[in-house]
Amino acid sequence: MKREQEYTWTDFERGYVITEPGSSREYHTGDWRSQRPIFDKERCIKCGVCWIFCPDSAIRFDAEGHAETDLDYCKGCGICVRECLPGAITMVDEED
Amino acid sequence: MGKRVGMEVSIAASEAVRLANVDVIAAYPITPQTHIVEHLSEFVNNGELDAEFVPVESEHSAMSVCTGCAAVGARSFTCTSSQGLILMSEIVYCTAAMRLPVVMVLANRSLSNPISIWNDHTDVMSIRDCGWIQYFAENGQDVLDHVLISYRVGEDRDVMLPVIVNMDGFSLSHVVEPVELVDQETVDKFLPPYKPSVVLDPTHPVTMGAIVLPSCYTETKKAQDEAVKASMPIILKGWQEFGDLTGRYYHPIEEYRTEGAEVLLVTMGGISETAMWAVDQMREKGRSVGLLKMRLWRPFPFEEFRKAALKARMLVVVDRAISYGGPGGPVASELRSALYNEPKRPIVANFIAGLASRDVAPFDFIEMVDRAEGACKKGTEPEYEIYGVRE
Amino acid sequence: MIEIRFHGRGGQGAVTSAELLAHAAINEGRYAQAFPSFGPERRGAPVVAYCRISDDPIRIRASIYEPDFVVVLDYSILRIVDVTAGLKHPHGILVTDSKFPGEKVRADLNIKGKLAAVDAKGIAMEVLGLAITNTTMLGSLVKVSNVIQKDSLIEPLKERFGRIADKNIAAYERAFKETVVVDG
Repeated sequence: MKREQEYTWTDFERGYVITEPGSSREYHTGDWRSQRPIFDKERCIKCGVCWIFCPDSAIRFDAEGHAETDLDYCKGCGICVRECLPGAITMVDEED
Repeated sequence: MGKRVGMEVSIAASEAVRLANVDVIAAYPITPQTHIVEHLSEFVNNGELDAEFVPVESEHSAMSVCTGCAAVGARSFTCTSSQGLILMSEIVYCTAAMRLPVVMVLANRSLSNPISIWNDHTDVMSIRDCGWIQYFAENGQDVLDHVLISYRVGEDRDVMLPVIVNMDGFSLSHVVEPVELVDQETVDKFLPPYKPSVVLDPTHPVTMGAIVLPSCYTETKKAQDEAVKASMPIILKGWQEFGDLTGRYYHPIEEYRTEGAEVLLVTMGGISETAMWAVDQMREKGRSVGLLKMRLWRPFPFEEFRKAALKARMLVVVDRAISYGGPGGPVASELRSALYNEPKRPIVANFIAGLASRDVAPFDFIEMVDRAEGACKKGTEPEYEIYGVRE
Repeated sequence: MIEIRFHGRGGQGAVTSAELLAHAAINEGRYAQAFPSFGPERRGAPVVAYCRISDDPIRIRASIYEPDFVVVLDYSILRIVDVTAGLKHPHGILVTDSKFPGEKVRADLNIKGKLAAVDAKGIAMEVLGLAITNTTMLGSLVKVSNVIQKDSLIEPLKERFGRIADKNIAAYERAFKETVVVDG
């Protein structure tokens, strides 16, 4: 994908229409993260509350139904940690 | 030539909308635009026009509906005045930037406060920079013709811009006068169906009206500026073809008795006809006065204006709006800028007149020319004056 | 170009009068223009409407300052509005509703120049059952002015009034007959 600084005024679709559906997938907001959530599969009860509350739709489920995060999009806000009923999620620094 | 029929100019506007076979009308009634909305709702109710009539709860919604409908590929129409325009202005800017060819008839009326339902151009000048193509009509025939021309030009794939047809409130909208209707066959020949290249369609999703970051906003605005400028040849082509079909030819700047004229009155909208009458009277007395009528306001017809204006020694520009604490009326300001780089340019005298339907009669035009000439003789370059104000 | 100014009260049909006359003239193949003195409609308030008729296209949109004819739809207006203001002298004619003879109107109100009077309210009450004098006064105006041919107004009246057109045509024709002109 072309970087935004490379667009000239003639590069846009008429009316700045974005003709490719779902192009925001290419925008990896995971780069904004300084902390990331860690999921404890032993404690996870597969209730899906984290999936409901995640403002970035970055929660997905593994083959067994345990929650995990898509690190391409997770901004590390920590809302899932606060909402998780059994306390299965904790935040760790990206450096760790 | 078709038969001249007597009708109120608002009805002529509605007839044009019917002939253009629009798909959607969304409008909120406001004086002096009301008669247009009334007639259109009757057309839809009586089955004379197969369109959705959306009786919206505000002008903001009217323009939102029209913009959304144009985005799905429906030919859309609205009309408003004054406060209604101000209320819808947020969306007016979006429609242009999104390149959706909505057509709006604006029955020009003063802005509040104090409340005035009467006619001047303060409403349209408040959205001067909205990015729409903007015409000014001088009679009922103009209004009818320009609704049709607006769809043709706006929907052209090389234009794709919304269009405002300015029609003076009351002094045009409420006048019964002869108008020549265009037959449906001619309209169909002139105005092909609206077929945008991209539409909102769930089976082929696109995003319209997305955010653009500062890194790209400048480029999007450059694109929009170029788009409005690039509409000029299509507008000229539209006028030419309309003329070939109907015998009525229009031009961005229209000259009236300008041959050899030292002084040129400059007007826009309905007062132009009265100004022609005044020019006739002055010419009869041997005075060297002509008239330039501005029909196209956006894109601004620089080339045509300079060609017409540079022949004169003085322009007497009659504005119908005011820029408080600014350089005078909006029309005169722009004409001055358009002439600034010319080595030998005419003096521009500016009168702001006809606010809130205050009459501008032939003798007023003559008085303005006299006053401007007088100031020139004294060697003072006139700036602007609110004409006829009681001191 | 002939210029006509109508004076009435909101609801009496001054604007309609001007419009009907313009339609009649345009149907004759001529040019015409009708417009109200613009403003909010207020029943009972004094109202002014204008009509211009010409054989050539009309290129003036200002108000009418020097009318050839002034039509007054309601006698009571004469006392509160200077209806003869600008009336062209000496050819201009004031055409008014009045149950009194024209001479008395002239003397009472000190009006100079030519004047025509008809009991428009009386005719309207008898024929229409309403004190709406617009079509009646048109009969009177057409009689004294010849600005249009008498029958040119029939079509516009039919179009405007539909099922009550016949009564309006009757009022129009009766006023045409009963109008009395008093020379100035």
